[in-house]
Amino acid sequence: MSSGELPGPAPEERMRPEGRRNTQGIRIDPEAEATHQPRMAVLSALVKHEPGVLAEVSGLFSRRQFNIESLTVGPTTDDGVARMTIVIEEPEPGVQQAKKQLRKLIPVIEVEELESAAMRRELALIKVAGDKPDDVQAVAEMYGGDAVDASTDAVTVEITGSKQKIDAAIEAFEQFDVLEIVRTGAAALERGSKTMGATTMESDN
Amino acid sequence: MSERAFHQDPEPEPPADDKEEASDDAREVTTGAEAAIIALEEAGVDMAFGVQGGAIMPVYDALYDSDIDHITMAHEQGAAHAADAYGIVSGDPGVAMATSGPGATNLVTGIADASMDSDPMIALTGQVATDFVGNDAFQEVDTVGITQPITKQNYFAGDPDTLGADVSEAFALADAGRQGPTLVDLPKDASKAETDVQPVSPETPDTYHPPETADEVVVQAAAEALQDADRPAILSGGGVIKGEASDELRAFARKYDIPVITTMPGLGSFPETDDLSLGMAGMHGTGAANLAITNCDVLVGVGTRFDDRLTGGVDTFAPDAEVIHVEIDPAEINKNIYADYPLLGDAERVLEQLDDELTDAPEADEWREQCQTWTEEYPLDYETPDDEPLKPQYVVERFAELADDDAIVTTGVGQHQMWACQFWTYTEPRTWVSSNGLGTMGYGVPSAIGAKLGAPDREVVTFDGDGSFLMTMQELSVAVREDLDITYVILNNEAIGMVRQWQDGFYEGRRMASEYPWIPEFDLLAESFGARGFRLEEYDEVDDVIRQAREYDGPAVIDAIIDPGENVYPMVPSGGDNGLFALSEEQLDNL
Repeated sequence: MSSGELPGPAPEERMRPEGRRNTQGIRIDPEAEATHQPRMAVLSALVKHEPGVLAEVSGLFSRRQFNIESLTVGPTTDDGVARMTIVIEEPEPGVQQAKKQLRKLIPVIEVEELESAAMRRELALIKVAGDKPDDVQAVAEMYGGDAVDASTDAVTVEITGSKQKIDAAIEAFEQFDVLEIVRTGAAALERGSKTMGATTMESDN
Repeated sequence: MSERAFHQDPEPEPPADDKEEASDDAREVTTGAEAAIIALEEAGVDMAFGVQGGAIMPVYDALYDSDIDHITMAHEQGAAHAADAYGIVSGDPGVAMATSGPGATNLVTGIADASMDSDPMIALTGQVATDFVGNDAFQEVDTVGITQPITKQNYFAGDPDTLGADVSEAFALADAGRQGPTLVDLPKDASKAETDVQPVSPETPDTYHPPETADEVVVQAAAEALQDADRPAILSGGGVIKGEASDELRAFARKYDIPVITTMPGLGSFPETDDLSLGMAGMHGTGAANLAITNCDVLVGVGTRFDDRLTGGVDTFAPDAEVIHVEIDPAEINKNIYADYPLLGDAERVLEQLDDELTDAPEADEWREQCQTWTEEYPLDYETPDDEPLKPQYVVERFAELADDDAIVTTGVGQHQMWACQFWTYTEPRTWVSSNGLGTMGYGVPSAIGAKLGAPDREVVTFDGDGSFLMTMQELSVAVREDLDITYVILNNEAIGMVRQWQDGFYEGRRMASEYPWIPEFDLLAESFGARGFRLEEYDEVDDVIRQAREYDGPAVIDAIIDPGENVYPMVPSGGDNGLFALSEEQLDNL
């Protein structure tokens, strides 16, 4: 075969390094590879309130294969700025990469990962059969919720709280005939006086 | 055309080559379309590449009165690649224009290409009128949605009063920080609508802050690590060229006597004639570069994103090295390879910062000698039989010898591209114009047009494959029409050669859909386009044909019939260990 055979020492005759990297490109002890376990991270992002931003952010998370748990978006005190709360589950390098990729989008003003102690609230509306309205109300109150709509056929209750609390509430309501459930993703804020960015109003007090 | 009758210019129209004068009177914006064109003029644009069409007609109509030269391409993909190449050689954003629907989707490959290689480019696309958007109107496509992942930022410019500002901002963003493509989608009603909002000078949005200088603490720590290195190496990437940091990098490497490896987009950032140069690393890199990158203990990566064709498998990439990563895009830090010392900032300024902290060259004479030995042990070579068919490497090498020192090389994608990397000698930035990241076959013919128009005084040669040439050869009509002095060399093996090489190497020689049972005679084809065509088959004709093609004042096409069995070596298989590069098919089989 005429196709090129090049001169030089063969692969097994060459200088070899001793180390190795893991799949994240981090140098590791070849004897004991430490793997990063996925963890839950809550990212809060201030974004310009303009068309297409939500698609841009959700597209970014999907095409870069970041594992997204929930995403909520809503207005802030500044008409031009919206706040997104994104919960992701990723190993550490993925969390950092997600933050940086998010910050790289032009309409994104600021990104922060909230501390694990941050306040997180979700909302659920749970519609159950209307034959035991008093019992439903009692369970709702146990979870700090309330009936928000009642008819002869159905009662709908509203529960807010942490993900765990809502999970527990939904389990409790399963004793009734659950007709339909809707849940939001998390909205989250840092505890204390800490706020994000100069663009949120009254942030420096 | 009767359209002229509608241009009721109060003053007589200036002759074509006397347009300079007209530019002195600042034109007043009266429509959205004019706002777009005047915004480009304000940004210093003097050339655009594009194809006309329904929804972009108002914008083209505004171009009628502009000093901006418009190059009508045969296909919108050609417009995008030409604008991309124009951006690479000039450093300023190239402009591509297309209509809505298929015009916009035809641009997509070129925009994605610019995105992967961080090439500065701005695309203007027509769009159906805002009343029709969302109705699946004729030639409607969601251009902003489609191009969102492949642009730095894109804009739906539905308001004539802000349309000019959108174009200005898009231009500024394409050029700033890590360069890249932007796009402005221009609905026809907004382009036609009246506005008196005058253009603003291009400025990036207030949320955009590329880093300039790196954290001093990290710089000091990085300098210390480099100072103490036993086996230091520099990896010079495309960002060195984009960031105009070649001079700084050369001075830095020489002052501290550190061997330099380049990435493919980094070709030309450091002269391959320099004793410190080890050449390009990666899948088809040199033995010296791949051994040095594998065995170094401190690696200074400048303006590189550690792409997989460079790193091979990350588990075996520079596994003993502390990595100093000089980079303008924070998202590149730790994306593929962990940076022990992330130095965020402009390449030139960060190299200055490092220089300020370093005192002496690292004591690494043994390593320098080792690198030298590798260079001698692993020359890029090929068999030169006396008998035809021609070896492609010989054709590239002879052309390099006969061409101007600062000639620009553009390529398609495949084996010919790798031979153009390996057997041409790159010494200056902005002389390598290729589809590095996206790997777009067909990049060659239109990129030469953009490169020649972006650097009219420089020699431009394109190495193409027969497969790549067939994908965009219609753009040869543009090279002829614009009378561009370009030499196209088709390294013709009547196959998609790289696929054929992989089939032989990894698919037991099952050559599915890689060989052409018949292809055109490219020299005759060139002549029918109005270019000069040459057929090159014999060794003793090579120099003569190259000379004739170079001397011809206009586009020339050399159809070089090469050995169809020739493969590209060295080779690191995809995801493989750079240090174990194969020098032959037998070694590849054993990896």
